[in-house]
Amino acid sequence: MLELTDYSVNFSAGAALRQANLTIKPGDRLGIVGESGSGKTMLALSLMGMAPDGATLSGALCVDGIDMTQRNEIEWQNIRARRVAMIFQEPMAALNPLRRVGDTVMEPMRVHEGLSHDQAQARALSLFEEVGIPDPAARLRQFPHELSGGQRQRVLIALALACNPALLIADEPTTALDANVAVLITDLLVRLSQERQMALVFITHDIAAVARATQDIVVMYGGDMVEYGPTAEVLKTPHHPYTKGLLDALPDPSRTTHDANGKRRRLPTIPGTVPQLQDLPQGCRFAGRCPVEVPQCAAQKPATQSFAVNRSSACHLNEGAKR
Amino acid sequence: MGYFLIRRTVGFVLTLLAVSVVVFAVMNVLPGDPALTILGLDATEDALDALREQLGLNQPLLTRYFLWIWNAVQGDFGISHSFRVPVSTLIGERLPMTISLAVAGMFFTLIIALTLGIGAAARHRKFGDWGVMLISQLGIAIPAFWLSILLVMLFAVKLRWLPPGGFAGWSDPVAAMRSLILPTISLALVQSAVLARVTRSSALEVMRQDFVRTARASGLSRRRVLWRHVLPNALVPIVTIVGMQFAALVTGTIVIENVFYLPGLGRLIFQSIANRDLPTVQALVMLFAAIVVTANFIVDLLYVVIDPRLKARA
Amino acid sequence: MNRRLPTNLVIGAVLVALVVGVAALSLVWTPHDPTLMNIRGKFADPSEAHWLGTDQLGRDVVSQLMAAARNSMTVALVAVLLGGSIGVALGLFASAVGGWVEDGVMRLADLGFAFPALLFAIMLAAVFGPSLSNAVLAIAFINIPIFARVTRGSANQIWTLDYVSASRAAGMNKFVISRDHILPNIAAAIIVQATIEFAVAILAEAALSYLGLGAQPPASSWGRMLSEAQTLMYLAPQLAIYPGLCIITAVLGFGLLGDGLRDISDPRLSRQR
Repeated sequence: MLELTDYSVNFSAGAALRQANLTIKPGDRLGIVGESGSGKTMLALSLMGMAPDGATLSGALCVDGIDMTQRNEIEWQNIRARRVAMIFQEPMAALNPLRRVGDTVMEPMRVHEGLSHDQAQARALSLFEEVGIPDPAARLRQFPHELSGGQRQRVLIALALACNPALLIADEPTTALDANVAVLITDLLVRLSQERQMALVFITHDIAAVARATQDIVVMYGGDMVEYGPTAEVLKTPHHPYTKGLLDALPDPSRTTHDANGKRRRLPTIPGTVPQLQDLPQGCRFAGRCPVEVPQCAAQKPATQSFAVNRSSACHLNEGAKR
Repeated sequence: MGYFLIRRTVGFVLTLLAVSVVVFAVMNVLPGDPALTILGLDATEDALDALREQLGLNQPLLTRYFLWIWNAVQGDFGISHSFRVPVSTLIGERLPMTISLAVAGMFFTLIIALTLGIGAAARHRKFGDWGVMLISQLGIAIPAFWLSILLVMLFAVKLRWLPPGGFAGWSDPVAAMRSLILPTISLALVQSAVLARVTRSSALEVMRQDFVRTARASGLSRRRVLWRHVLPNALVPIVTIVGMQFAALVTGTIVIENVFYLPGLGRLIFQSIANRDLPTVQALVMLFAAIVVTANFIVDLLYVVIDPRLKARA
Repeated sequence: MNRRLPTNLVIGAVLVALVVGVAALSLVWTPHDPTLMNIRGKFADPSEAHWLGTDQLGRDVVSQLMAAARNSMTVALVAVLLGGSIGVALGLFASAVGGWVEDGVMRLADLGFAFPALLFAIMLAAVFGPSLSNAVLAIAFINIPIFARVTRGSANQIWTLDYVSASRAAGMNKFVISRDHILPNIAAAIIVQATIEFAVAILAEAALSYLGLGAQPPASSWGRMLSEAQTLMYLAPQLAIYPGLCIITAVLGFGLLGDGLRDISDPRLSRQR
């Protein structure tokens, strides 16, 4: 239902998203992981037609087979909420503080589907039940500041579901929540996706959450999609050096905390940080931080290599391994 | 909530009392003999004594203050020396003019300022934004009375569409409205300059917040997001400035009435100065100051209506 | 690092330099005596001798505008200095002492906000008769609470800094600290406020003089020139134009200068705007 072909988002400072290719079918659950600045939020906003002012879009972004890349704001307004909906990182700040949460959830139904107040309220009530908000009738009349973080995130999910979208984008939905609440929200999103045959794009830097929630995974770095494949496979046998670094940086409970000599093991890290947009290398974005860099990396963008129908990676070192 | 109301109301009453002390002190304690001020240097000693008696000047200062407050609360501001009628009658006659001017002025101020301010914020860093900022920068620097004179020269002297000033009474409503158009516009234009800037910066602040993105992601139109989501949240600082602007509005009304020769309280206060009518001046200054204080009190209460979060805290 | 000065600062500085320069020049030279009447030469058109013509009494308009600029600057300077120093002193005092004294002083200052300059001038005029010094007092009065608030706000921030705490720990007198450490640190904020209040004072003086509560004849004042010109709108509309333009130039100049100074003294604020 949604397809990206060589889709790029360019700013005067540089490319925030480079030639992304992606297909999302109904019911798919796709994880997108990467550090801050890897372009994952830019990708999510682009899928909503909400790339910031000043961005130049190229390539094709097809929703239901229609290329939306150059469409205007009005045309996007019909897509948002009805076909593609999104929930954001900060449930504290993402709700209008002056409105009762019920009114917020009912607004898109009334605007897009012309529902009466009573119809919209009935649907909001059943949505609140569906997303697991206790005592939903009373919650409808409350203000955001009266709800806990987890409940606000559930309200935001209900808001996103208001017009039965075919795709839900969750941009770090659990980052601001307590760990146990985060797990509940993650499971809720999976359940909703399965029950509604709704595609889910789950953006996070939490590998554990991706492993729990998604079938497929995209690893992003510096605006490039560096690796793609079934979640379990990618996490088990990563092909791209960045994915490897990312996984090595995870604390692993099965590993002992001390090595054979009794010295305390240090958690491996990827040296450095993601450079600013204008400082990214022209070739492979990971050049400069990559442990296995070869001379051509900085100058030449590696092509995406397919290893299987649904497995690919973009690294010069993989080129020899092409099947 | 109840505690908040009581605390604010007590504060309001205390402020009013303090204001009345200041007014009374300036008008009565400062060196100078009110009777002499009123009657002039060539008055006879008998006439001065009689007036002092009438004004109660022979009584101790504190007694006079409490008497003034006690009577004022009951609507008795004493007798106007120059008009020889109760000051309350004078105020009653002229209050409608001042109130209509102030209310109409505030109404148009809000319409102009909110439209321009929100509009400019929506076109941030674009041509329309710069235009609004430029106009409001100029508007802040223009004296209201000069703008009035310019408007009169254009619409009354040159085009002859509207009367240059004066007021023939409410009996002919159309003529009355026509006389009030230019004064209202002058008042509103100058006031809205400041407010438009505040609205713009406040709206820009709100537009950066996450819930605005949520609203857009719900497929709501830009217009709906601006007016239904951004504006209500931008209102808190706007309401603060509106409250503070009441002081400017009161001043503006006094000035505008004098520019256009409108028979309101502002005109009355100047006639009273010219007539050395101290009781009337004292009553009017107190009234104007009370309006400013009351406006700020109402603003305090409005915050709670606008923002449910304060209700919880209050 | 961008070293370019903000546009508002540059424009403001140029306008202020213009107005202050003209005001200063009028101390030593004006084309004519601004009060010299010449009934036969009234309503003269602009000419070599009278650049902007003459008014209803044959007085030279340019000379009057120049003298009015001087009067306006003087009034604003005295009023802002007077009200500003009292306000700053109150604010420093409140901040240094703290506690209920601070609350009391600030409540008292808030009271000042109930009185616009015009109301205060009206009271003074009613008791003492209208005069320019009453106008100055009224404008100075409304400046007290404004400066008290700004000073206290900025000073309270400085009091929390480590080196100030160190001075206190070393047993230094609070008022000495206020003078030696607090005041120099908040000077920028006060100067910015003073520049903006200067613009407000010019506007207030013009309004008071227009209403007859400020400069009295024969002293020249932009506001009074406008009130005279208003009665002559049909005869000589041009007379109602020049003084207004002068007021705008001066007010805009100081306003922009103040905004610009704030932008460079506190980059955090300017980015928000």
